[in-house]
Amino acid sequence: MIVRVALPAHLRTLARVGGEVKVDVEGPVTTSSVLDALEAMYPMLRGTIRDQVTRRRRPFLRFFACEEDLSHDSPDAPLPGAVASGAEPFLVIGAMAGG
Amino acid sequence: MSRIRVLVGTRKGAFVLTSDGTRARWDVDGPHFGGWEIYHFKGSTVDPNRLYASQSSSWFGQVIQRSDDGGKTWETAGNKFVYDGPTGTHQWYDGTPHPWEFARVWHLEPSLTERDTVYAGVEDAALFRSADAGQTWQELPGLRGHGTAASWQPGAGGMCLHTVVQDPSRPGRIFVAISSAGVFRSDDGGRAWKPINRGLRSEQLPDPQAEVGHCVHRIAMHPSRPGVLFMQKHWDVMRSDDGGESWREVSGNLPSDFGFPIDVHAHEPETIYVVPIKSDSEHYPPDGKLRVYRSRSGGHEWEALTRGLPQSHCYVNVLRDAMCVDSLDPCGIYFGTTGGQVYASADAGDTWTAIVRDLPSVVSVEVQTLP
Repeated sequence: MIVRVALPAHLRTLARVGGEVKVDVEGPVTTSSVLDALEAMYPMLRGTIRDQVTRRRRPFLRFFACEEDLSHDSPDAPLPGAVASGAEPFLVIGAMAGG
Repeated sequence: MSRIRVLVGTRKGAFVLTSDGTRARWDVDGPHFGGWEIYHFKGSTVDPNRLYASQSSSWFGQVIQRSDDGGKTWETAGNKFVYDGPTGTHQWYDGTPHPWEFARVWHLEPSLTERDTVYAGVEDAALFRSADAGQTWQELPGLRGHGTAASWQPGAGGMCLHTVVQDPSRPGRIFVAISSAGVFRSDDGGRAWKPINRGLRSEQLPDPQAEVGHCVHRIAMHPSRPGVLFMQKHWDVMRSDDGGESWREVSGNLPSDFGFPIDVHAHEPETIYVVPIKSDSEHYPPDGKLRVYRSRSGGHEWEALTRGLPQSHCYVNVLRDAMCVDSLDPCGIYFGTTGGQVYASADAGDTWTAIVRDLPSVVSVEVQTLP
């Protein structure tokens, strides 16, 4: 399945991509499988979205899709069908901070 | 004619400042990695075109960048820093046990002899080593495994291993400094470590002369005399003449003996530099005057160097990794401030000029003297 992923600006710069990226996900489309595919395609992103050892989401990041906050769902739960079909992107969001 | 390349790490990116050997006119290149904190940015002495940068973010964690062409292009290196074995605990600020947690790389120290070897000093305090130019990292666990480690506590900036000094005359001898644990030395390439803090006195500790617990801010060595070490401690400027086995205070007539950086003149091993800061609760220069102090006698007697530096209403700080010296003659001295200025002296500190004035807050300054 081809899944669209939208990254925050700093991670787009780090991965040297301009806009959304498309990743090929084998098997069930879940947060874990999408991030696995993303990190395989862009190894420089390893450790920047989730911890390299625990695989847990970094605290200042959130995962959104289809106008829902999926951050606290199980990383192995199926993502919405619209994400799996490529109709909607999987959004990696950096927390707003500052004044 | 030689060229000078100054590598500046700031709260919002890295900058490369270059000049010819006159050090009169400078080109400023950057920001690289804009928006990220660059805790340290340093080149290899074995291959000066190999540069490493520690890139950090509260959002995205740790990234290591490496350049093999003097900073023209970059590639991400490995950022997997995993403690070796059980992580154990150290003391938290309130004295309770707290598990070791990797936060960031404070200092990157390329090997003096091996092109692809580089050390990383990290928070929470540990020393890592890479033998493949930063692609993979292995902890040298003997340090964190030292019997005193459970009693180490963080300083205000975190429990960081911020200083790594290699002895050029004695392969395998490495000094590290940790806030707030003190100085440790290994004589076998980092396998076994011993605390070397005898002579330090820290009134903030229940036992002011404890074996560990001292907030050492920075140590420096002249490569021609590796048995002599200089230290800027939280309070007190110290020196050792026996490879760290014992220390004595050389603060002398400084207006304040609190500060962060300390460095040694490239050609005069008894000439040292510090930047006094008023106190640990104020973190700005005494009297609003930015003054570098130089001792030509290895301490005790200090002179203020002020020409070209702001002498009124100046309230910046100079952090521990933000001062360095080049190897030209006369020796060049460089330092960066939390106000974003990078000052340079091409005459061993007698006069100063701002190379650049309005960078983000400067965290680290390193210099390369290139052929």
